[in-house]
Amino acid sequence: MSDQTVHFKIWRGDAKGGGFRDYSTECTEGMVVLDAVHDVQREQAVDLACRWNCKAGKCGSCSAEINGLPKLMCMARLSELPTEKPITIEPIKAFPIVKDLITDVSWNFEVKKRIKKFKPRPPDAPDGTWRMQQEDIDRVQEFRKCIECFLCQDVCHVLRDHHLHDRFIGPRFLIYAAALEMHPLDVEDRTDELRNAHGIGYCNITKCCTKVCPENIQITDNGIIPLKERVVDKFYDPLGWIWRAWKKKSDRTRKP
Amino acid sequence: MADYEAHEHDVLVIGAGGAGLRAAIEASAVGVRVGLVCKSLLGKAHTVMAEGGIAAALANVDERDNWKVHFADTMRGGQYVNQWRMAELHAKEAPDRVRELEKWGAVFDRTKDGRILQRNFGGHRYPRLAHVGDRTGLEMIRTLQDHGVHQGIEVFMEHTILSILREDGRAVGAFGYERERGRFKIFRAKAIVLATGGIGRAYKITSNSWEYTGDGHSLAYEAGAELIDMEFIQFHPTGMVWPPSVCGILVTEGVRGEGGILTNNQGRRFMFDDIPENYRAQTAKDEEEGWRYCTGDKNANRPPELLTRDHVARCIVREIKQGRGSPHGGVFLDIAWIKEKIPNAAEHIKRKLPSMYHQFKQLADIDITAQPMEVGPTTHYIMGGIHVDPDTQMSRVPGLFACGECAAGINGANRLGGNSLSDLLVFGKRAGEYAAQFAKQTSLGKIDNDKIDNVAREAVAPFERGDGENPYQIQKDLQELMQADVGIVRNQSEMEHALDQLQQLKTRAQRAGVIGHREFNPGWHTALDLKNLLTVSEAITLAAIERKESRGAQFREDYPNKDERFSKVNTMISKGDDGSMQIRLEPLPEMPDYLKQVIEEMK
Repeated sequence: MSDQTVHFKIWRGDAKGGGFRDYSTECTEGMVVLDAVHDVQREQAVDLACRWNCKAGKCGSCSAEINGLPKLMCMARLSELPTEKPITIEPIKAFPIVKDLITDVSWNFEVKKRIKKFKPRPPDAPDGTWRMQQEDIDRVQEFRKCIECFLCQDVCHVLRDHHLHDRFIGPRFLIYAAALEMHPLDVEDRTDELRNAHGIGYCNITKCCTKVCPENIQITDNGIIPLKERVVDKFYDPLGWIWRAWKKKSDRTRKP
Repeated sequence: MADYEAHEHDVLVIGAGGAGLRAAIEASAVGVRVGLVCKSLLGKAHTVMAEGGIAAALANVDERDNWKVHFADTMRGGQYVNQWRMAELHAKEAPDRVRELEKWGAVFDRTKDGRILQRNFGGHRYPRLAHVGDRTGLEMIRTLQDHGVHQGIEVFMEHTILSILREDGRAVGAFGYERERGRFKIFRAKAIVLATGGIGRAYKITSNSWEYTGDGHSLAYEAGAELIDMEFIQFHPTGMVWPPSVCGILVTEGVRGEGGILTNNQGRRFMFDDIPENYRAQTAKDEEEGWRYCTGDKNANRPPELLTRDHVARCIVREIKQGRGSPHGGVFLDIAWIKEKIPNAAEHIKRKLPSMYHQFKQLADIDITAQPMEVGPTTHYIMGGIHVDPDTQMSRVPGLFACGECAAGINGANRLGGNSLSDLLVFGKRAGEYAAQFAKQTSLGKIDNDKIDNVAREAVAPFERGDGENPYQIQKDLQELMQADVGIVRNQSEMEHALDQLQQLKTRAQRAGVIGHREFNPGWHTALDLKNLLTVSEAITLAAIERKESRGAQFREDYPNKDERFSKVNTMISKGDDGSMQIRLEPLPEMPDYLKQVIEEMK
């Protein structure tokens, strides 16, 4: 597929409206969709807006929908796409359009602020450091691979189709909360918020988010489901209620 | 004056990579109002790309490590033209800065006894790099970002600063634009911290993203600060070379830290062929000893693949030039070979170097657990930058601070891998702390409206030249010029040619034109970035011409050896009264005896 002309339909426009425009560029070996967008930008449309940074799948800036599928443009090889028809490139859909391939993702940054921050237990050693075993942090490290590309947010029905941004924080931030909740040092409790303000109940485990994650984080199985279990344990388990009521009381009596 | 949106802070931080975030966190912890401006979205800065780790003498893996060894390693790596005080502070304070990240939620890989694991890296005597697989930068920036957002810092994402505003020589604000809507904004502040990173986009082959256009270097220079050591540019020895679209993307030194070897097309480990005298005592005698080092044998010396980056890059260039390169113009980097040494090597590689595995598999169809990679040097980092006071990080412009890659002094002629992330933390904290102190003792200055109108007029001029030259073409020509004439191997005549060409490119940049409107227009942004790129390119070239010797990252084929005359000086660049760029040689500050003794002991 090297050195052939590839045709694209790139969405151009802004909040007021827009549509696909046709572009073509020469394809060289190993080329990715972001290269093609840059070629178009350099030679045909200097005002074509797109975000990018690392160009190696590490920063999560260049999310877009390629032939309708949410992907990082920097990791989408042209050789893996059908080229008989023009390749379509359009912005992600869960957030308002700014211009061309750029959407307003600021909501995500606001959501993160609402999640209670990391709160470590007192240090384990006199020098102020902690001890953790590798096997106890493997799961948290999986979640912390997240590059915040927001592709999971893009495909989540609750956000994309039902626009419940004010009631549901989306898979990215459930994984963020999971990383905090499962952090061996963290002593904060976020289950109340997860159930209420963060709307974990809206997730009906269709796993669309897991499928598009470029870091292959098992968002649903390893993150959201265990979080849902925690919430269920806390709010719907009668034995748990009794245990916590007793523990609270005994904690109170124990404290000076 | 037009009516511009204005913001007021005590401390304004420009740049939100590791250094900027750390500075903003520190300043806000002191209780002053902090604004943070960055060109991209929060958490996307180049720190996210850092792979190998954070250098800090925690001594978790080898108890012989301490700040003195780290200091001596840093000075040796920098060929002793580092600012000794910065190297000292860095070595002493880095462990606390790493532990602090853990307190804020970072999850580093662990030792068997549950402490922060450390890995081997080039030029470091002991395993010293705290890391998370090969995505340490992501862990660091995310930890700082997630901690920072709860600190009350006001963040301005996707904003570019065009000018530092001054009153009677003091920095009193910044003027820039919001990339999304293209609107101009004034940021008034009592102190300003520049943390804008590097200059990689001045070169064609680089590991740096579009952001690294030397903004901080250029803003500070225009505001009256000095630039030091600009000739020293780090060409990382291992960037991807194939396929063309990924040329320059970084391959972490961690590959070599985990036992990866460099070979030429004859299968020879060429790094054994040239070991510099001052590293001979610390370098493995043979392949067997090198491997023992990588597996943690404390009696073994490190393999020559872990010599400093400047040296490894030059050896690779030599192999390629002499016809012993790989098919696509690099050399081979092989980690798969360790399967001869350990069981489950493929799993081990995937676990220690997950993003390298992913990167090669997805972008180059190479399985690094089974095949060697092709690698070659890529423009990675600039040791030079804004000259600052080592303790406070303030430049000679009152109220203007700098930290991270855009500041300079700690690295001398060559930076050791892993010393960048620790530099960001140590001096980011210091810059934030002292900027806040400065702000507390001063009041907001007066803004020069004429100056703002001029900057704004100049900024929108490319729209009046719709038929002007394409800014991308000018940028591309600049990158090719710097790559060809002021690259890894330099000489007088090529650099003089570059200086001449830079003047022509300046004229062309004045004629750049863009179409469309001011809302998120990358063509316009590129046109505006040209000025900074041209300023730093000229500074680099002038400094490289001035240093008539080879030292660290500066290699001149017309002066191939070190010269005693240049062993105790730094190049210093400033803007002359007539507007032209001035260069002089500045004697190094005299190192105190207790540090001389440390260096002597560690020889």
